[in-house]
Amino acid sequence: MTDMAIEDAVAQTMVASRARALNAFKFGDATFYWMTRIAAICVLLILGGIIAYLIVGAWPALTTYGLNFLSTQRWAPELDPPVLGGLAPIYGTLLTSAIALLIAVPVGLGVAVFLTELCPQWLRRPIGIAVELLAGIPSIIYGMWGFFVLGPALANTIEPAIVSFFARVPVLNVIFAGPTSNQSIFNASLILAIMVLPFITAIARDVFLTVPPVLKEAAYGVGCTTWEVVRSVMVPYTRVGLIGGIMLALGRALGETMAVTFVIGNAFRVQASIFAPGTTISAAIASEFAESADLYQSALILLGLLLFVLTFFVLAAARLMLMQLRRRAGG
Amino acid sequence: MNAPATTTSMPSQSADGDKIAVKDLKFYYGNNLALKNITLGLRTNKVTAFIGPSGCGKSTLLRVLNRMYDLYPNQRAEGEVLLDGENILNPKQDLNLLRARIGMVFQKPTPFPMTIYENIAFGIRLYEKIAKSELDGRVEKALRGAALWDEVKDKLSASGLSLSGGQQQRLCIARSVAIHPEVILFDEPCSALDPISTSKIEELIDELQENYTIAIVTHNMQQAARVSEFTAFMYLGELVEFGDTSKIFTSPSQKRTQDYITGRFG
Repeated sequence: MTDMAIEDAVAQTMVASRARALNAFKFGDATFYWMTRIAAICVLLILGGIIAYLIVGAWPALTTYGLNFLSTQRWAPELDPPVLGGLAPIYGTLLTSAIALLIAVPVGLGVAVFLTELCPQWLRRPIGIAVELLAGIPSIIYGMWGFFVLGPALANTIEPAIVSFFARVPVLNVIFAGPTSNQSIFNASLILAIMVLPFITAIARDVFLTVPPVLKEAAYGVGCTTWEVVRSVMVPYTRVGLIGGIMLALGRALGETMAVTFVIGNAFRVQASIFAPGTTISAAIASEFAESADLYQSALILLGLLLFVLTFFVLAAARLMLMQLRRRAGG
Repeated sequence: MNAPATTTSMPSQSADGDKIAVKDLKFYYGNNLALKNITLGLRTNKVTAFIGPSGCGKSTLLRVLNRMYDLYPNQRAEGEVLLDGENILNPKQDLNLLRARIGMVFQKPTPFPMTIYENIAFGIRLYEKIAKSELDGRVEKALRGAALWDEVKDKLSASGLSLSGGQQQRLCIARSVAIHPEVILFDEPCSALDPISTSKIEELIDELQENYTIAIVTHNMQQAARVSEFTAFMYLGELVEFGDTSKIFTSPSQKRTQDYITGRFG
């Protein structure tokens, strides 16, 4: 009897101490919950703040130029009132990013396929590390290299050869036309391609490594060559990750500022030849913001807002594309 | 499809009626000897089963037969594997052609990330340029051959991944059959399947041996007894005993075989 009474008492104190311990946890739990919630809310607040600042700052230019801002090529802040149009930087931003991806996607995927499928084991780490180091180089270094080395090489040797090669081909002789210049859309595109290459390669390599070996064996087992395995099994299997990597690279290319400002020439003109100088949104803002004021400054902020919207649409388009791909694959 | 037996260069092959003859085969994972002097033959248009405890080398042996090990560094084979009298371990052997002649079905179903139709058509297109209508016929024939046609004929454009495990495995068999191989290797094809799917696959293997030489690795001894004509018992990289399935399961000549099939170890 007494034994049982003692056991009862012990059990009760245990329950009580357990409840106390749980209470202490409850406080910690609530703190943790609120800390994470505040962190999440902070993201929304910062995003909202940036959008609000951009809209408020861009308002004077938005009301003055309206939709004409998108179709006006002329950029003459020295006039009174200033004539400002965003067509050239928007065109330059889209064109340089497109050319950069056109070059970087095949090369990046090629490097990733080589690293995961074909490369001898001992060479994998050195090449992999080299690619990662490429991603670590500050963009100002790329800018200087593009300005001092790549630009002159392109303008004096490579571009004249391309111009004369396509001189008699219709359409192409407009796209690849002289006179060549050290700073050009093409130079900026090449620099961007080199800069986004490591992103594409690193992500593609990582997602290729997620393909189950047995699936690759099955494909080799029906007699596929490496190229057929990559094209028909690995790329479809990893397409979501690959598109994500390419979009990340595109986002980087659209917004890249320092290197592009160095090599693009900052000319507010829309020219068909990619060997001519041009400008991009971020290059225009970086090179002109310090000396701007009033409506001029407001127009630059409006350009910033447009870049923000552009990036948003790129991400949204990527999401839509992924959804459609999933639906089509029936998975 | 095969050259008549009389034209084969190795007289021993035609005499034995062996589609594949393995001679003194050694296999290494790095420095680790995984197969020790294996010598055996796969009889043409018969099912040969490989049994033995895990790690005994039976899957390794299968992966030598279509040189799948070539995908990995540090794996190598010594000896001879003769397919119709020709040594496939020869470094000059065209691997894509070899794998077209020797199909493989894996432990886990491995449908490609594409539609059911494309899963079959893909392999055919690798080797032949044929019209769409003819391709349709080949796909249907392969799916019928794998006893899958009636279940998928209305959803050929659905993803291969949307099928059940057993259906996926039959899709993989159809894919192998579609490119008209001469030999099909099954690496524990039923170990991830339920009993009904298993019996369907076993029936299928039984029908397939009319046209194909078949090797099957299995952990399930009843399965080996049911589907095969010949059985090889392997243990620790050695071929312990090889002969008629009925003899191996009723009166094995080796004590280790006896112990394994009666469940004393393994």
